[in-house]
Parts: sequence; structure tokens; C-alpha cells
Amino acid sequence: MRRILDTDTAFRWFCKAGAIVGLAVAIALVAVILMESMLALRTAGFSLVFSAEWNPADGSFGAAGALAGTAATTLLALLMAVPLAFAAALFVNAAPPNVAVPVAHALDLLAAIPSVIYGMWGLFVLCPLLQSVLSRFGIEYTGFGLAPSSLVLALMVLPYVSAVMRDVLAQTPVALVESAMGVGCTRWEATWDVVVRSRKAGLLGAIMIGLGRALGETMAVLFVCGGVSAIPTGLLDGCTTIAATLANDFAEADGVHKSALFALGGILLAFEFAIQATTIPLIGRRSKK
Amino acid sequence: MKTRATFFRKTKDSLMRAFSGFATSMALVLMAWVIFTIVREGHSSISAELFLNASKPFGEVGGGIANALLGTVMITAGAAALALPPALAAGIWLAEFGKDSLLARAARFTVNVMMGVPSVIVGLFAYGVLVTTTGHFSGFAGSFSLAILMFPVVVRTTEDQFSGIGDALRESLLALGASRARSTLTVIWRAARSGVVTGVLLAVARVSGETAPLLFTALFADTWPTSYFSGPTPSAPVLITSYTMDSPFESMHRIGWSAALTMAVILLAVNITARYFGAKRAAKRK
Repeated sequence: MRRILDTDTAFRWFCKAGAIVGLAVAIALVAVILMESMLALRTAGFSLVFSAEWNPADGSFGAAGALAGTAATTLLALLMAVPLAFAAALFVNAAPPNVAVPVAHALDLLAAIPSVIYGMWGLFVLCPLLQSVLSRFGIEYTGFGLAPSSLVLALMVLPYVSAVMRDVLAQTPVALVESAMGVGCTRWEATWDVVVRSRKAGLLGAIMIGLGRALGETMAVLFVCGGVSAIPTGLLDGCTTIAATLANDFAEADGVHKSALFALGGILLAFEFAIQATTIPLIGRRSKK
Repeated sequence: MKTRATFFRKTKDSLMRAFSGFATSMALVLMAWVIFTIVREGHSSISAELFLNASKPFGEVGGGIANALLGTVMITAGAAALALPPALAAGIWLAEFGKDSLLARAARFTVNVMMGVPSVIVGLFAYGVLVTTTGHFSGFAGSFSLAILMFPVVVRTTEDQFSGIGDALRESLLALGASRARSTLTVIWRAARSGVVTGVLLAVARVSGETAPLLFTALFADTWPTSYFSGPTPSAPVLITSYTMDSPFESMHRIGWSAALTMAVILLAVNITARYFGAKRAAKRK
């Protein structure tokens, strides 16, 4: 009897230790990023966020350009991806299973391709394409910047948003749709006026998941953004994002520069935390398959 | 008045139906376009030498990607070795023991937040923890960063699979006199296994294509990955980056595309197999 109790307790503690490891790593992550960014926060202070002057050689670390680039690429990507993702989710949920299942799997596979490959595709296919199309209209364009960055991001975010939306929409009670159709709604009215209203929170959660992914995406943007640290003013301007700046500058950075990059990472982390904290209650526990 | 309204309502309905079909086909066409590009650009340089030789230093013509592929296998395997034991344990604990306790709720929230942490940030963290302290880049630091990315995904799947099993099974095991540890590790594990394995495979596939954290930790080397614990270790994703984005040479682009094709084929194969078997077993259980 005694022995059983012992192995049992040991097992229980081993499992509990796993959960505690997770908590500890998360706390350590925040602590390390904060500690490493202290130097930059002390020397650069608020100019880190409000100045757009990013010139590590002169010691000026204003990341307003990267922040604006992050916001712009993310918003543009979501503007393009969300309607498509929503429509694709509707399609999959309405289609007969022998169409819906393969399509859903194919969309999921879109998310399995590594982001470097999207970056390459953007660099070698999308950028030259944009350049040649625009030159036909007499516009000279480098091919890099806000436009290709947000296009590639939209393509990458689409399968994630669509998958969550699919799950959220599939949870709608059938009776709700049937009653809407019963009072004479068209399919679209039943979807837009009834289903979407009843699933508002979940759909918002799906968009937030896309937002989180787009904010933190590094490689794909790094390939096509052009690496311009100024605040972008037009679609054809070169830009950069927080994540791309981190990956691009880190290898050559030291001292305050490196610390400033950690500080930028901290800002991104804070955004992601806020997004996750608001998303979790919206979509509840979604089983990932 | 009424007929007109109906006409517009019906038109709108048909338009939206058409749009949803259009959106889906557009997503599929774009996906096919990306895959087509990788195949078209990558297949010509695929050869036995590519998979047998190490890469050559910048500017030298020729060389393979074998060292990078081996490095990716090592870094990914290291990540799995680091992440799986605590992640499986945590998932089991949340489903079997923790339930709704304060610690369990805190851990669950943390895991959810960790799922959204961008991989660059994890790279920064791994740099701060393992590269600054040891004084050198290493494949192991790369594994550490990928392990952190894997951890929350595996915890989540494990918890979902274990908590999806009915309490009747647990109660019958306890009634037979089995301890909680024994029943969890033998019977309940078997019931949850296929789902957990699918989830783990998908998580491993996902992190093996990660690039950003490796730029901060494992870096790259044109040698075979002999110094996994003490020096820069090559990997396929970083090879792709440095051979395409950082290189003006057409011959290097070719090799980059071949590496991309290789990665894409392996990852898609793992994904399809994992999903296929996951779905088949799930269907059998019902």
C-alpha cells in the first residue's frame, strides 16, 4: 500500500514540475528581455518610441519608423486577409464534405510552409511582379516596402484566421440558422445578420489571432520590406518592422544598440501579451488539431 | 417595392456566395503558386551531391546542403528532447490533477500567452540566456529557443487529448485498484496516444522550419555540425536566408531554392501523414 502511494505522489509531482517549468520559463523570458533593455531605456528613454531617427552609428535609436511600419503592414494585411478568410470559412462550412474536407486540409497546409519560403517567394516572385506591373503604368518602383510586405503577410495570416473562424462558425446552433431561414432570410442574411451576430466574440478572437501572427512575423517581412527605418508615408515606400529590425540588426549590434533591440522586443512582447490576454476569453478553449 | 427588395436581396446573396467561392479558390491558387515556384526553381539543382556535400563559403561555386539538413535534424531533435518531457508532464498534470486549481489556471493562461509569443522574441531570450552567458553561439541554444516554441503547443494538445477521455475509464481503473500514476501511464495514455503523437509531430514540423530564433542562437557555419554545444551550427532555414536574401549570386539562389524545395517536401509530407493518421484513428474511435 505504502509503495503505491509513493510512486503515485512522485508521478504527480513530476507532472506538476512540468507545469511549473512552463511558468518559470515565461517569467524568465519577460525578466531577461526587461533586464537587457534597461541600458537603452536609460540612455534613449522615450525617444525610443517617439523619434524616427534610427542611426545606430550616431547613437540615435528612434524606432517610431519600425513601430509605424509594424502597424501599417499588420493593418493592411488584416484588411486583405480577414474578408477572404471569412469568406473561405463560409465556403468550407457550407460545402459538401467531399469538397470541404480537402479544401480545409489544403488551407491548413498553407500554414505548414515555413515563413522563409514565403519570404523567398515574395522576394523573387512578388516584388519583381509588382515592379513590372507598376512600370507599365510609368511608375518607378523598387519592388520593396509596404505593399509586398502586407501582401505576403496577408497570405500567411489567412489560413490561421480562416481555421479559427471555421471552428467558431461551426459551433453555431443549427436551430439558429434554421429559424433565420424559416422567417425568409436568404443564406447571406442568415449568415450576416444572425450567425455573425451570435458569434461576434469568436470571430473577433479569430481576427486577433491573425493580428498577433502578423505583428510578430519576421522572416517573410524581412525579405521584402526594404529595411527602411523611416516612417512610411505611402504604399510604395520602403519600410521595416520591429521584428524585421531585430533580425536584421542583431548580428552587428552591441552595447546600447543591442539593448535598444531588446527594448523593441519588449514592446512587441507587450503588444502580443495584450492581444493574447484579450483573445483568450473571446474564443475560450479551442482545441488545436 | 417588395419584388425589388427581394431581387436585391437575392442578388446580394448570390454575390456573397460567389465571393466565398472566389476567396477560397484565390487562397488555393496562391498556395499552388508558391508551391509551383519552389518546384520550378528548386528541382533543377537537386542532385546526389547536394545531399552529400557540405555548403561552401560565400562566393565559392558549388557545394551542397547536407550539413544544413543534418544541423536542422540535430537542432530539432534537441528541441524535442528538451521540450517534450516537461510539456507532456504539464499537459497530463493540467488534465488529470491540476484541473481548476489556481496553479493550473495560471499555467494554462501562461501556455496560451506563450503560444502567441513571436519567435524572434524567443530568439532574443535564448540569446540572453545561453549565448551571453556561455560566450558563444551554439546549436544547443537554437534547440533551446525551438523548445520554448514547441512547449505550449505540446502542452495544449496533451491536455486536450487527456481531458477528452471520459471519467468512466479513470473510475473503472481506480475501482480495479490501479494507482493514478499507473492508470494514467498505461491505459489513459493509450487512449490519448494517437492525438498526442499527431500534435507532437505537427509541433516538431512547425519549429523545424523556424528561422528567426536561429539567427540569434545557432547562426550558420559552412562546416558539418560538429560543435553542437559550443559553436555555430548550420541549419536549412538559415541557409535559405543567407543564400537568397543575403546573396547576389544566381548559383547560390539555385541552391537556396533547392533547400526550400527539400524543406517544403519534408514538412508537407510530415503534415499530411500526421493529419491523415490522426483523422483516421479519431474516426475509428468514434
